[in-house]
Amino acid sequence: MRLEGRDLACVRGGREVFTGLSFTVAAGEALAVTGPNGAGKTTLLRLIAGLLEPARGQLELTEGACDTALAEQAHYLGHRDALKPALSVRENLEFWYAFLGGQDASAASTAEATTCALDAVGLAPLIGLPAAYLSAGQRRRLAIARLVAAPRPIWLLDEPTAALDAASQDRLADLMRNHLAGGGIIVAATHGPLGLPAAGELRLGAA
Amino acid sequence: MALRAILLRDMRIAVRIGGGALMGVLFFLAVVTLIPFAVGPDLALLKRIGPAILWLGALLASLLALDRLFAADYEDGSLDLILMGSVPLELTIVAKGFAHWLTTGLPLVIAVPVLGLLLDLDPAAIGVVALTLLVGTPALTFIGLIGAALAVALRRGGLLLPVLVLPFAIPVLIFGVSAAEAVIVGPVPFGTPFTILCALTLASLVIGPFAAAATLRHGLD
Repeated sequence: MRLEGRDLACVRGGREVFTGLSFTVAAGEALAVTGPNGAGKTTLLRLIAGLLEPARGQLELTEGACDTALAEQAHYLGHRDALKPALSVRENLEFWYAFLGGQDASAASTAEATTCALDAVGLAPLIGLPAAYLSAGQRRRLAIARLVAAPRPIWLLDEPTAALDAASQDRLADLMRNHLAGGGIIVAATHGPLGLPAAGELRLGAA
Repeated sequence: MALRAILLRDMRIAVRIGGGALMGVLFFLAVVTLIPFAVGPDLALLKRIGPAILWLGALLASLLALDRLFAADYEDGSLDLILMGSVPLELTIVAKGFAHWLTTGLPLVIAVPVLGLLLDLDPAAIGVVALTLLVGTPALTFIGLIGAALAVALRRGGLLLPVLVLPFAIPVLIFGVSAAEAVIVGPVPFGTPFTILCALTLASLVIGPFAAAATLRHGLD
């Protein structure tokens, strides 16, 4: 699988955020999108996620697994964690597992996938707690658990390390390495180091 | 599977603390109990305008929690992920609308027998009002979906929604009340307005989700 963007341009509110942007990420590779505030990092991720339309240019998945839309093969971890405060940690994760993953619907497999994912982000002890009581870092980790529970090949991460402590950042780096080792693709907008040895860099210019 | 998940999630949120399920019924109760105080203890008059009062109360109550339907998902980022699901947005909206009706519309129908007593309606009248509300409230919810989507697209909630939605709810109100009154006072047969009410509901079940999905897709840039 290979994710290719050719000559992309995006216009937001009448202003050209970027033009002539091209990149290629192959399976097992990570791409770090860097640049100052307002350079269009989030815009690029939302473009790949299909949440925005490019003004010009093309986005393509090539070399296998092209029969489903790009958005349906991608996980988007945005600034907002997509959690419902009234639901418990388990209910939040089980919902996204059922909605985004949906391959195996049985109660046993749901429980297993969500427990494994919560273990991977270190939230297993809080499984019954309503999400309203989580700290910012814990909410972030619950959002990351969603990527682990429902496997999708492309991860679009918008400043994934925001609000995470050092131990959680290490855990996230491990998860990303596992994902890449399994042939996944990561595109991450970031200001700091991702902790990945072989990440390409796409630098966006100033606004 | 994904649709069942949406349905269960929305219903769970609605019945938990801070959800909108109970609020609609309480508002309905408040409106219906206020009217006899305003009109005065004229039982004949109350009996005559009873169906209209119940319908107006249900109409206002069903709009109450609607503006948060998509706005809450938009604000916490869930809407982005819902758009990236493998389920068509239209079907997801049908599931959300159905969950909303089960938690706010259906309780209104169930409350009608109690509230009908306050307006001195006889059992037959209560039954027919409940029946017309059972058929008509889904139309109110699914017309309201369009307003709820516009509340997201225009970044403005609150009173905008009733102002946008109420004009489109007028036909439902007219035929709902006239079907109920046909049984109570006549002389129109019950079937004529009732079948039109059914048609309005069926049409809104189709048009509402498509219009709301188009609005959400455009409104998200």
